[in-house]
Amino acid sequence: MHISMNIWVWVAAFLTLSMFSFLYKDNIFYKIGEHIYVGTSAAFMLIYLWYFDVQPKLVGGFQQNTGAARWILIVPALLSLFMLMRFIRPAAWISRWAIAFTVGMGSGLGITGLLQGFLVPQIKATFLPLYVNAHSFWHSFYYSLNNILMIVGTLSAIVYFYFSAEQKGALKKVSQTGITFIMIAFGASFGYTVMARISLLIGRMYFLLHNWLGLV
Amino acid sequence: MRSLFEKMGQIDRRVIYILVALAVIVTILLKVKFKGAPLPEVRHSYEVINNLPAGSVVMVSIDYDASSMPELDPMLRAMLKHCFKKNLKVIMLGHWPLGLPLGQLALDEIAKQYHKKYGIDYVFLGYRPGLQAVMLNIGKEIRSVFATDYKNTPLDSLPMMRSVHNYNDIAVLIALEAGSVGDAWVQFAQARFNQKIIMGTTAVITPDEYPYLQAHQIVGLIGGLRGASDYEKLVGSPDIATAGMASQTVVHTLIVVFILLGNIGYFALRRRH
Repeated sequence: MHISMNIWVWVAAFLTLSMFSFLYKDNIFYKIGEHIYVGTSAAFMLIYLWYFDVQPKLVGGFQQNTGAARWILIVPALLSLFMLMRFIRPAAWISRWAIAFTVGMGSGLGITGLLQGFLVPQIKATFLPLYVNAHSFWHSFYYSLNNILMIVGTLSAIVYFYFSAEQKGALKKVSQTGITFIMIAFGASFGYTVMARISLLIGRMYFLLHNWLGLV
Repeated sequence: MRSLFEKMGQIDRRVIYILVALAVIVTILLKVKFKGAPLPEVRHSYEVINNLPAGSVVMVSIDYDASSMPELDPMLRAMLKHCFKKNLKVIMLGHWPLGLPLGQLALDEIAKQYHKKYGIDYVFLGYRPGLQAVMLNIGKEIRSVFATDYKNTPLDSLPMMRSVHNYNDIAVLIALEAGSVGDAWVQFAQARFNQKIIMGTTAVITPDEYPYLQAHQIVGLIGGLRGASDYEKLVGSPDIATAGMASQTVVHTLIVVFILLGNIGYFALRRRH
């Protein structure tokens, strides 16, 4: 057992245990940890944005650039100031211009990105052969079954979200197949989420046992 | 029997927390080993990196922060070890400001282990806001978004960056993701510039990324602690992720038992009522 002599490891261990104490009930140690986390995150974010964004791109850019490259920087600077107008009630409406700019740009990029990078390639990826001729019977069977499941799963899940006709008869059967595939996907997501949460616990426990207490 | 199920249904949730914590602690203390063959998608990611010629440029994007560190930090360290072992050049940037120092710590530490020099073998660019704009502009000229590195050194002063201008000069992008930035990398860097991407993800978002793998939009996927553990083994450097996988297995078994008991109790009591 080699207990750490590093003061920051002790601080991290104290904060870890403080956060875990919430599992028992809300308490002062949890509150201390929570407030330190929120405060340091906000301060860090502010410094980072200044150092990596505002200072080099806006302030530095204005000092170093000449001509149009210099004066164009007035536009983002003004939009930033407009955003801050939200805090002055009579002039709050000006912030809508800055919001409109970010929403417009975000929508434009989002729509084209989704179409080009998600929808079209994903639809293309379901154009699969129902029979795959591989080097052995079992490989052919495996790849063909995989493709069939992919196509049936995709089509039936889409049918589940088809609300323009009453879901009865054949439509209902396909729709039920769709919900079965969706439930299996939810199950996989749940399993992975459990794994993620336990990984976080393992990470902290390993820190306490290894870095702090030196037991492993 | 009925009273047993009723009692079980009234167990304090804190008892379950203690059982889960004990399962993790005991397994770590006993140093139980986890045996398992690497997943095909992780092996493929490894092979993509392994087959790159020495001197190729790999870009690593840190899109996570401390809350995802137990899963993604071991993954990052294993991949950096692999890159430096293969004499690849590493550019690091990121879209989660709070996580970038974690990436920088790992980069400096692993680079030191492999005697790599800043500016020649690796570069840390830091953060710029507006992730879509950053991704699109890297496709044209990286200097339009990162004129300097994080220390304000102009990119052309860094020897390894002189020949790097856009995605054509980047062999593989390793995107370590805890949120939706990975989707943007696929939509902007892969779909528009055909950039090869290996995605390392937290387990929570791993199921969302499999469609990209199936559609060949990404060349590899390393999911959660299991993926990190597989990569550590492939690199021949088992570390924290491998140590944690035994605990993961024990706790998963425990949770399955809880779910089974809960369901048996629920149905038994429902039949009685």
